[in-house]
Amino acid sequence: MATSTTAPDADRREPRAGSPARGPVRRPRGPRRSLLPYLLLAPAVVLELAIHVIPMVVGVWMSLLELTQFHIRDWSTAPFIGLENYRATLDLNSAAGKELLHSFWVTLAYSLLSVGFAWLLGISAAVVLQRPFRGRAILRALFLTPYALPVYAAVITWSFLLQRDTGLVNHVLVDQLGLLNERPFWLIGDNSFWSLLVVSVWRNWPFAFLCLMAGLQNVPGELYEAAAIDGAGFWRRLRSVTLPMLRPVNLVLLLVLFLWTFNDFNTPFVLFGGSAPEQADLISIHIYRSSFKTWDFGSGSAMSVALLLFLLVVSAAYLLITNRRRDDHA
Amino acid sequence: MSRRHLGIFTAAVLAAASLTACGGSGDDSAASPKTLTYWASNQGASLEADKTILQPELDKFEKQTGIKVTVEVVPWSDLLNRLLAAAASGKGPDVVNIGNTWSASLQATGALVEFDDATLQAVGGKDRIVPAALAAAGAPGKPPAAVPLYSMAYSLYYNKKSFADAGITAPPTTWEQLAEYGRKLSTGGKWGLAIEGANPSENAHHAFTFSQQYGGEWFDSAGKPTFDTPQNVSAIKRYIDFMAADKITNPSNAEYAQNQSVSDFANGKAAMLLWQSAGSNLKTQNMPADAYGVAPVPFLANPPAGGKKVNSMVAGINMAVFKHTKNKDGALSFVKFMTSDEEQTILNKTYGSLPAVKTAASDPAFSATEQKTIQETLVTTAAPLPQVPDESTFETLVGTAMKELFADAASGKPVTEESVKAKLTDAQQKMR
Repeated sequence: MATSTTAPDADRREPRAGSPARGPVRRPRGPRRSLLPYLLLAPAVVLELAIHVIPMVVGVWMSLLELTQFHIRDWSTAPFIGLENYRATLDLNSAAGKELLHSFWVTLAYSLLSVGFAWLLGISAAVVLQRPFRGRAILRALFLTPYALPVYAAVITWSFLLQRDTGLVNHVLVDQLGLLNERPFWLIGDNSFWSLLVVSVWRNWPFAFLCLMAGLQNVPGELYEAAAIDGAGFWRRLRSVTLPMLRPVNLVLLLVLFLWTFNDFNTPFVLFGGSAPEQADLISIHIYRSSFKTWDFGSGSAMSVALLLFLLVVSAAYLLITNRRRDDHA
Repeated sequence: MSRRHLGIFTAAVLAAASLTACGGSGDDSAASPKTLTYWASNQGASLEADKTILQPELDKFEKQTGIKVTVEVVPWSDLLNRLLAAAASGKGPDVVNIGNTWSASLQATGALVEFDDATLQAVGGKDRIVPAALAAAGAPGKPPAAVPLYSMAYSLYYNKKSFADAGITAPPTTWEQLAEYGRKLSTGGKWGLAIEGANPSENAHHAFTFSQQYGGEWFDSAGKPTFDTPQNVSAIKRYIDFMAADKITNPSNAEYAQNQSVSDFANGKAAMLLWQSAGSNLKTQNMPADAYGVAPVPFLANPPAGGKKVNSMVAGINMAVFKHTKNKDGALSFVKFMTSDEEQTILNKTYGSLPAVKTAASDPAFSATEQKTIQETLVTTAAPLPQVPDESTFETLVGTAMKELFADAASGKPVTEESVKAKLTDAQQKMR
């Protein structure tokens, strides 16, 4: 994705500081000149350090400590236990390890399904709304509503809808349509996974829609005209024009959606109120519970670091594969 | 100024601004001796209601001492996390309310001021305080980490009309009776007993009481967890069975975590409720005090060997002072004010709880049926939850295991001795 569009400019750049100036460069020499780029970069670097790098390093450090409530006030008193937290949490024979693995599979299934459905809905809506028609602007705005609503307000409304006795979902399914005889549970048991998935797709698809809609604006109309002259039908145009043209957008969109969904904390937290049922025990909630509810910040950090490594590997592999494929195509 | 200079200047300003942004984190602990920050727990019907109740008292305190107290009412779902964050960072409020069961856990962080005899003397003296309440203010053998503020205990609330309609003349005194009555009451879309099945803390409180009655303990004398003993398995199974086997609890209660069980009782959807000081909550839900009766929580008809005559935990709210306060004297005088006879009477009367000091208990407001039942339970048959550092973890792990068992029961999966034991063993393995 990040193509080096700046590469041709490189030749036009000023020679580096210290190297003999060529040509008519009207610029005083000295340290001040070389300082400017660093000064300009400094705010970004400082913020990046403060917001990303330092917390990450601290997190890794925490994962090597036995950091419980006895030591939370003064970390220096927490015993250094090396990889013990990793051994305990990743030991698949222990209860904690089994639960973490279970949580991992749940999260993986949840992310893949959520991203898949969100993308499918997004592309469908974007294609349908590509051509102007009356009411298109209204539909566009309407489709974006879930994305504009605050997470908490939206998800808590879902949790009311999904309650067994008083929720609207069961009211419609059981009382009005009579599709089911028994009132099913949506927030506990096996259904909780699907409830979580529906809410997540509902929240995420407008973003996919937004990106794909923007992407479609860049597809030249002539391509469709040419395809139409060649006798291509709707599906053929979709497959041979729209999707290939959207490829750069899709590459980023899918990765970003996957990372967001995999790390999603707000949706399950608000929907299930802190402790999700086992069937919907996403890894972010699982880590939260391990750290804050049982006051074992060391093992919580160990899980977070393991999660970070996993996502790094997945992202790297994804970028590697998609980049290689693009090179092949080129 | 040339353009280049302007650039350097801008960069420098930005860099400096970002640096100070990191350093200048807010410190909301009171720096001036004339102010205090107070986190109150949610005792009334809503956070707003609590603010309205507390503000006149805080104004009174300001008039007396010149110290202005800024109060924030923190919901129960956030309180423990926020306390933990305050303990970890050394920043936050000066004075806080804590659930008394967390006393030992928070004490272990070392962030709370110890109430040794001298400090207790400064806030009014040890002898004034109800001993059972003081026993739930920290680990045994150590100076308490907090001072009792409101005292509560579990009672059985029952709907008088539902009982009369079913031909039941007196509240149940044993669990067997409760199940039998519950079956009679569970007809026509109404249910016998309302349970807050998805609330880990509520579950854990019942786990404690039932375990005591079956002769079990959740921690041994060394503070090590003993979750999956046969006594505890029987105790948990007995409680879950109200839904799973006796079918006197609506399966929907498996998703209740926002006090819906109190609402169900107030609306007449359920005829019985086990709760602490439910009176003020029922009142705000328009259930008049003469519509329900209050009785002690039942016991087992035939307790096994070692079974204890305990039917409630010593419930309550304690007041603690953070060591990081810059106004310790002011904080202690605020604790003294809140535990004074006058304030104890006013606040406990409003909240339907009992004073934590003996000297205020004589007020006629505390001789209503509900308060008398609570009082009797506290004096005779209540026991404090284990005051060990891992207590809050016990509440979370065992309470969550019970939540999952309720979910099983609600969706028709069998709840057996084996499935209960498996959950408790899992929970125990997560402790270390």
